[in-house]
Amino acid sequence: MSWQDVLFIVLKILAIIGLITVVVLLLTYMERKALGRIQMRMGPMRTGFHGIFQPIADALKLLLKEDVTPSVRDKSAFWIAPLIVFVPAFILWITIPFTEDLVVRNLEYGIFYIIAVSVVSIVGILMASWGSNNKYALLGGARAAAQLISYELPIILVILAVVMLAGTLDMREIVNAQGSYPYVYLQPLGFVIFLVAGLAELGRTPFDIPTAESEIVGGPYVEYSGMHWSMFFLAEYANTFAIGALGTILFLGGWSGPLLPGVIWFAIKTVAIIMAIFWLRATLPRFRIDQLMTLCWQFLIPLTFVNILLTGIYAFYGWPSWTMFLMSMALLVVSGGVVRLRQRARTAQFEEALKARREKLAT
Amino acid sequence: MTIDQSLDTVDMMLNMGPQHPSTHGVFRMVLTVDGENIIDVQPHIGYLHRGSEKLCEAEDYRQIVDLFDRLDYVSSFNNELPYVMAVEKLMGLEVPERAQYIRLIMCELNRIASHLLFYGAFGADCGAVTPFLYGFREREQMQSLFESVSGARMMHGYFRVGGVFRDLPDDFNQRLDSLLPMLEKGITECEALLSKNELFLERTLGVGVIDAETAIDFGVTGPNLRASGSTYDLRKDDPYLMYPDFDFNVPVGASGDCFDRYMVRMEEMWESLKIVKQAVARLPQGPIMAKTPRTLRPPKGDVYVRTENPRGEMGVYLVSDGKDKPHRIKMRTPSFCNLVALRHMLIGSYVADAVVILGSIDIVLGDVDR
Repeated sequence: MSWQDVLFIVLKILAIIGLITVVVLLLTYMERKALGRIQMRMGPMRTGFHGIFQPIADALKLLLKEDVTPSVRDKSAFWIAPLIVFVPAFILWITIPFTEDLVVRNLEYGIFYIIAVSVVSIVGILMASWGSNNKYALLGGARAAAQLISYELPIILVILAVVMLAGTLDMREIVNAQGSYPYVYLQPLGFVIFLVAGLAELGRTPFDIPTAESEIVGGPYVEYSGMHWSMFFLAEYANTFAIGALGTILFLGGWSGPLLPGVIWFAIKTVAIIMAIFWLRATLPRFRIDQLMTLCWQFLIPLTFVNILLTGIYAFYGWPSWTMFLMSMALLVVSGGVVRLRQRARTAQFEEALKARREKLAT
Repeated sequence: MTIDQSLDTVDMMLNMGPQHPSTHGVFRMVLTVDGENIIDVQPHIGYLHRGSEKLCEAEDYRQIVDLFDRLDYVSSFNNELPYVMAVEKLMGLEVPERAQYIRLIMCELNRIASHLLFYGAFGADCGAVTPFLYGFREREQMQSLFESVSGARMMHGYFRVGGVFRDLPDDFNQRLDSLLPMLEKGITECEALLSKNELFLERTLGVGVIDAETAIDFGVTGPNLRASGSTYDLRKDDPYLMYPDFDFNVPVGASGDCFDRYMVRMEEMWESLKIVKQAVARLPQGPIMAKTPRTLRPPKGDVYVRTENPRGEMGVYLVSDGKDKPHRIKMRTPSFCNLVALRHMLIGSYVADAVVILGSIDIVLGDVDR
């Protein structure tokens, strides 16, 4: 390997770090604006035109802020933890293809690499919670470990179904395999499970249990401030972007689309998924940890197994594509219907009590 | 492998508050937790103690109204009411009918404003960010109506012994006409956002259950008690003002969990709207103040007056020794009595439920600590 090659690799890595940082800044602005509009507010308005410089002001503030550290803590764990969360969030971008050619290094086992790398951040969160010597942080760390490890399973199993259809672990090939129709058509159920499990992996509403502001006030990050806190923050948004990008590549056909160049299509699809995530954040309350576990182990994982079974039958017998769509859609509708029925039965109780009281008053 | 028997497990002590985003002020609970399960809880109050009862003894009868404003600062009208009623009862004052109607309208509007605040805070406790802003949107309109009536957004000091401070502003009816449809729309939207949300049901159903008998034993009143199935409402059971003349229902729950406590309040807002509409239609003309002496000197004696506050039974026990200042005032504030049941509801639930249950009791720390 000549020195030009090395230089080229270094430049590519720097470019991806720069790109992700800029995207994260944009995402924070987007989130605040979207959340603001949903909540009938304007969002940031003071810095520049419609607060466009707000992310830069935030970044500067975080850089200049005093890094307060608790006096009693496990020093090494406390300092290394942000790095262990931060680095995986960035190096998984090495193999994510924005278009056919726009990728730092396409790996033959790309999707496998991404899954393997993203799991590492759990260690960082545990170290942060232990090193902070704070009970809220410890609770948050325990919750994060339980949640992230559990939700790795459905996400891997759903990706497995996609890999079975595409017949490859190479991200570029997966996109190319979606030539005639994106996999969201074959796997509507898979896409929904991917989004749910992806949200849980990110630890965003309604799965923001590890950080739960109203309960454990920020969880593992409670003792961090300034630059070290912003590393967690950067990682969280980089991961949000990653889930959007993965959803685009695995289910929405990546960069393929008419007229516009591939990068634009990729950006549009990714932003659509991310906006859905922001929208959910504005709408939903938070799960409780035991309900989260129930959802994962009793609901999502069995569903993903059925999904794999159906995908296997479909791929083995080479049925026409609409059969897969129908099977997956039917499963999605049935599971959605179960949730809806449960909800109806539960609110009925209160209404009955009220009705009984009204009748009693009338007589 | 053998297990070292000397290795014991220790339950973790988790301190929640007084500086915690979900304790609704400066309430502190010391939770004993085993993992995520709450084994024991010890509430600590007193961080906001101002000695209101003692302060009353040094104030003139007219000045005390302002001290009552500061108890439950999100439903000030409802707090002023039992106090002025107590003094009036002791002095045997006849309050003009128009003043009584104005009092009733303000109290019921205040009940809605208070429940809207509950809605927002409860949503935030459950982890949703938007309900807070939805709840505040209509509440803001009500606050400006209160301002136009009393001159202050909070701490109104509007009720006086013998009547009210001043008559309703000229544009009151117009303002109310535009406010009421807005409120109806707003409450409908609020309910659409949270009431049938699957996650919200998951978090509140069967959480923090308390049955009616236990609740009564603890002295729980108001929506918290009615959520358990009791129909105890002073507006019906020990009527004051003109409540018997109005047509309204008392919403009750079935199981006494957090969801019922929430739903009872949402339903109560609709009932309060009904009362306000009827009252505005019947609002008579006339004086707004009874003739009172320059210095209020109630005769020797004592009196207990209770009213239905948005949070429960608000009682005032007033002892007069015939001077211009009360000898003793005892405030029976609903938040304090409701908070007593917290431990019963919390034990056995999860840490995440602690904030939801506390939020469902809907305490105001100014009301707890006096």
